Amino acid sequence: MNLSELTIAKIHSGLIGKKFSALELTKAYLDQIEKRDGSISAFLNITKDLAFSQAKEVDKEISMKEKISILAGVPCAIKDNILVKGIGCTSGSKILENYIAPYDATVIKKLKKESAVILGKTNLDEFAMGSSTENSAFEITHNPNDLERVPGGSSGGSAAAVASAECCYALGSDTGGSIRQPASFCGVVGLKPTYGAVSRYGLMSYASSLDQIGPLATNVEDTKIIFNAISGKDELDSTSVNLKLKAKSEKLKANELRIGIPKEYFVKGIDKEVEKIIKNTIKKVEEQGAKIEEISLPHTEYALATYYIIAMSEASANFARYDGIRYGFSKSSEGNLLDVYLKSRGQGFGPEVKRRIMLGTYTLSAGYYDAYYLKAQEVRNLIKEDFKNAFKKVDLIFTPVSPTTAFKIGEKTTDPLEMYLSDIYTVSINLATLPALSLPCGRVKNLPVGLQIIGRPFEENRIFNTASFIEKLVIE
Amino acid sequence: MLSKEEVKKIAKLARLELSEKEIEKMRKDLSAVLDYFNSLKKVKSKAVNVDSSDNLSEGTMRIDESKPQSAEVVERLIEAAPDKKGKYIKVKAIL
Repeated sequence: MNLSELTIAKIHSGLIGKKFSALELTKAYLDQIEKRDGSISAFLNITKDLAFSQAKEVDKEISMKEKISILAGVPCAIKDNILVKGIGCTSGSKILENYIAPYDATVIKKLKKESAVILGKTNLDEFAMGSSTENSAFEITHNPNDLERVPGGSSGGSAAAVASAECCYALGSDTGGSIRQPASFCGVVGLKPTYGAVSRYGLMSYASSLDQIGPLATNVEDTKIIFNAISGKDELDSTSVNLKLKAKSEKLKANELRIGIPKEYFVKGIDKEVEKIIKNTIKKVEEQGAKIEEISLPHTEYALATYYIIAMSEASANFARYDGIRYGFSKSSEGNLLDVYLKSRGQGFGPEVKRRIMLGTYTLSAGYYDAYYLKAQEVRNLIKEDFKNAFKKVDLIFTPVSPTTAFKIGEKTTDPLEMYLSDIYTVSINLATLPALSLPCGRVKNLPVGLQIIGRPFEENRIFNTASFIEKLVIE
Repeated sequence: MLSKEEVKKIAKLARLELSEKEIEKMRKDLSAVLDYFNSLKKVKSKAVNVDSSDNLSEGTMRIDESKPQSAEVVERLIEAAPDKKGKYIKVKAIL
């Protein structure tokens, strides 16, 4: 069994055709993890017992000649900020080192209903705060394409696990690029769904107006299958919506496609080789008859500052829950209530989390609220307007996912601002609540480059159709 | 650059105990990021109502009522608390 060639559809037909059992398949993936994860460190926790019991269930269903779901028996990995009942959930933080999830996130409930097999929990930047997975309190994940480089972040463990065939697919979360950027760095497909398309219940909140759970997989078809399984209205997340997905699976006509290329995304700072690969891909799509048009998103240069002000402000409020009293690490032996807070949080959180809570507290504090938080909300509206206007003329927008390929481990850890700049092409999409997919479209030396395909709200299907089409063009 | 006192004040508001070394690093890091944030001052923008969200086209009203959880979940939630007595979570005196 060659794991790196398997897709969800191939696994499904292999299982019902009795080429292999779900248990054998699960064992094969666990062997692969055993073999490769020593050098990659994608996983924080392997849930072997859970995986075996789920796989045996599927084999039982097959032997009883029951119809099984397309995801049944397909082994996956889950980012460790998403709750799986009875399994530890650390979010990459010391403060939750011994925390056990008391219930399933809605996306996990949905996957379990489809008889998915959960292999383990993947590494991330602490509480999803970072762009390289170097901020995890437990381990640094390595990029499977080059072990000296980062896998991107914050869903770096999920992306690395998929890229090294340690699982068939994975779930990540994306607040400012945390699915798309690691997908781009590792050479896999990653989707950040429209805000509200997927329930956030059971995802540890970072910035609630920006967070979305989404899939990472080796190809577009798998990404779509997973998205269809996890999306939909959930009464436990009031921001989730009933999907009325437009542009259903009709066949894509390239000559009817209008694609916008924002000029502000191809300026100083982008790696020349990355730019070349993206522009070549766009040219190939144009040759197929698509209409390519230069567009302008005038407030692009303010997106990063806007994003970080809003994300950090929301985080500083959300993180009040880590108080040393409800759950997690606690220093409660001496002093008064305030001491419990100060010490539990001071000792439990890592440097980047503290930095963001501090900045968020500052931008929300009396005297600074108007200048920072309120101003950022105003600019967020302008950024949304930019996209709304652009989507009057075009159906999709193409940009790079990241200005560079994967950087070296340690290269950007000393200067927080430099690390923030690696999110420059992804944060606007979260601010505008849009769906976007990262599609591998070439390599600079051995390092993958991702094309970002951005769509109108809830037009994931148009993104999938177009991405499938390009996927075939760029595979040599 | 932010003063040591300013950093200490924010840290107290944020309920974070910081070492002297951390305070010094925060002075530098926060100042650099806040300088970057100041770039927004150049943007001409209109006032917004921060309580509204145009993404929520449908209403999200619901009755404000508590929904009973299974005994198992309740047990697990209490179990997660670091300091407890029976079914109660212990908190330091607040008065």
